[in-house]
Amino acid sequence: MKVLPRIIMAAAALLLLLVFVFPIWQITLLAPQYPEGVTLYIWVDKLTGNQPSTLQNINILNHYVGMKFIVPDSIPELSYFPKIIYGMIGLGLLIALIGKRHLYYIWSLILGILGILGLYDFYLWEYDYGHNLSSTAPIKVPGMAYQPPLFGEKMLLNFTAQSYPETATYVFAVAIFMGYLAFRFSKKKT
Amino acid sequence: MKTLQKFTLLSLIVLFAAGCNTNTKTANDGALGSDAASRVYVKPGTYDEFYAFLSGGFSGQISVYGLPSGRLFRVIPIFSVDPEKGYGFNEETKPMLNTSHGFVPWDDAHHPELSQTNGETDGRWIFINGNNTPRIARVDLTTFETAEILEIPNSGGNHSSPFATENTEYLVAGTRFSVPFPQKDMPIKDYKGNFKGALSFIKVNPETGNMNVEFQVLMPGFDYDLAHSGKGKSHGWTFFTTYNTEEGNSLLEVNASQNDKDFIAAINWKKAEEYIKAGKFREIPANYAHNVYNDKTHSATSTMIKTVRVLIPEECPGLVYFLPTPKSPHGVDVDPTGEYIIGNGKLSTDLTVHSFTKVLKAIEDKNYDGEAYGIPILKMDAIVGGVVKDAGLGPLHTEFDNQGNAYTSMFISSEVVKWKVGTWEILDRAPTYYSIGHLMIPGGDTKKPDGKYLVALNKITKDRFLPTGPELTQSAQLFDISGNKMELLLDFPTIGEPHYAQGIAASKIQSKSLKYYPLAENEHPFATKTEKDTKVEREGNNVHVYMTTIRSHFSPDNIEGIKVGDKVYFHITNLEQDWDVPHGFAVMGAQNAELLIMPGQTETLVWEPKQEGVIPIYCTDFCSALHQEMQGYVRVSAKNSNVPLKWSLGE
Repeated sequence: MKVLPRIIMAAAALLLLLVFVFPIWQITLLAPQYPEGVTLYIWVDKLTGNQPSTLQNINILNHYVGMKFIVPDSIPELSYFPKIIYGMIGLGLLIALIGKRHLYYIWSLILGILGILGLYDFYLWEYDYGHNLSSTAPIKVPGMAYQPPLFGEKMLLNFTAQSYPETATYVFAVAIFMGYLAFRFSKKKT
Repeated sequence: MKTLQKFTLLSLIVLFAAGCNTNTKTANDGALGSDAASRVYVKPGTYDEFYAFLSGGFSGQISVYGLPSGRLFRVIPIFSVDPEKGYGFNEETKPMLNTSHGFVPWDDAHHPELSQTNGETDGRWIFINGNNTPRIARVDLTTFETAEILEIPNSGGNHSSPFATENTEYLVAGTRFSVPFPQKDMPIKDYKGNFKGALSFIKVNPETGNMNVEFQVLMPGFDYDLAHSGKGKSHGWTFFTTYNTEEGNSLLEVNASQNDKDFIAAINWKKAEEYIKAGKFREIPANYAHNVYNDKTHSATSTMIKTVRVLIPEECPGLVYFLPTPKSPHGVDVDPTGEYIIGNGKLSTDLTVHSFTKVLKAIEDKNYDGEAYGIPILKMDAIVGGVVKDAGLGPLHTEFDNQGNAYTSMFISSEVVKWKVGTWEILDRAPTYYSIGHLMIPGGDTKKPDGKYLVALNKITKDRFLPTGPELTQSAQLFDISGNKMELLLDFPTIGEPHYAQGIAASKIQSKSLKYYPLAENEHPFATKTEKDTKVEREGNNVHVYMTTIRSHFSPDNIEGIKVGDKVYFHITNLEQDWDVPHGFAVMGAQNAELLIMPGQTETLVWEPKQEGVIPIYCTDFCSALHQEMQGYVRVSAKNSNVPLKWSLGE
């Protein structure tokens, strides 16, 4: 039984701890009055901003067009996503212990699928906030929705909204790739 | 007779033409010849290199400008109430203007002084004196708000002030007008010998900036005009100019101009500290206000202090010496090395420069020329380090650059004169428009001057700007002093009458500027931190409204149950936590002012409704797209009505 793949697998699992240290995604709103931009960071377990009060300031801006207030406590994902990550770390370490070649592959596959599901979930939230507008909003623009892009840039009234992955997304990608490497390196030589 | 008239007319025309010519020529050549415009042009969206703090004189304020553009950024209310900001009108800042005379809503603010560390400006605080009702104020340069005001006891007018020592150990406060000590009812003609001049030393806490009157030196009844503290080798001493050593009490323009020489009083404050430590002071009864604003409670408190420690020069040998200086010296300025003490004898054409080394030597040798009220007078010949001959008419103040040059303002000949420290030769002259008082080079009174610009602060503008009736603006004039010759770059009008000013590299302040007050740190006793905590409470005739603001509404915005004769306290907390989102608050018929509440701050407006009706309230600071909608109503019922107290938002 080879040692290197096990080490890579264990390292990949432990690498996921960085997901708690860096945000996953960021959405930045740019307008002339906001030269520094208003940046919302989405973490696996919380929402932060480039200032302590970013969330309040985004909610103030959003309320003009009737968007719901973003209240972290009302987003269940922020409490159960961390548990999934811990699960994947535990699973990864277990697989490294077992050392079965195909399990490495399966771990990467699961992590990949979870990542895609996470993105889809993110999209659903964006859709909900952007389309589910109050009927008494002070500013109503017929046909206008305020869903920020999943990836890239989009003009929303006076704001340019930019949405891009942050460090934790790359952590995911590297962890997936490392699982795959463990799978490759454990291939028996012929 | 006709011939005489013709002659007069002709000479007037000639004079007028000559006057026009010289003026236009100098101004135009200065501007066009060197492309002055581009040197003061700060491109929209970019920043100035320096902050300039100009005193407002009788406006009681400091105005903050950028250099080299001359753009006005802010006017800081200090000793004067300011309805625009609610300063002195809201409940929180009223105690700031408390004095032993009661609430004094105005003062004459002369000399801004930046705090220093190691003889260099550090950008923490700026201090300024109130000349009329003797006070010193401290402005916090993270908030650009007045943080503290200390009244000066036993003073008749705080003019020679604040002029910090090189680590801001002390500020000084010398009285311009000597007064009976202690104050009492007595004939004015008995001035001589009975009136005294107190020179106060104000200790500054190095961490908090808080000030206290550490001690006073009780001096003879002269007029103590200006001061500067020593630096480098003269650190430990402060120099005060005097006039009216004649001790006249009437028609001073004549009676105080008789002596050939007046004095610069040199106070050894390190010696004073020793005497204080040794207990050689008298603790005497006093009554003066100490007012402190707290950034957490967003409120000021005023405390009356009842005693002050006084040192009597006759009892404390070595504490004070008099340096004879010709003709009613006005400004006293110490060069960056601390060696030279410049006495600007305003009725003389020469500048007398004392050498600090020689002063110490004369003291050591007891080289005295008699004494006055027990204070040794040093022999003038023994202490003069040099004389700048025929410098100009009416020398008032001197600042320094970093090349060993000095620049003196000449009030009567209306010019700035540049001369060399050490050789005393005159290097250049530049006319000012008109009648310059103080001048300022950023850091020009510290150990590290920044010799790029000089600002002349002029008393008279006459024809320099578009006329505005009998009252005209005073002005500042910016000179480039980086070359051999001073070059006039810019004229700009000022707020009030600028006396002294201070300048500092923007980088020392810019990054420390506060953006908003964190709401979580708000400790105001009437703060309301969320909309759900808003309420209205009645205590007899007093009604407390706990109100919040956030774009774009007040909460509550409908209030009923207020009665004629009530005293309504609107305690308004601005819940915003973003830069540049203040909200205003105004009530129809309020007899004080508006509120202008910074993000995270709580302020209180008192309103006493006199008549029944429904009174609008609204936001005065254009806060958002729905600012016009930021309004509400207060229903006022008859004194004996039983309309219940009720408040709401969005119902």
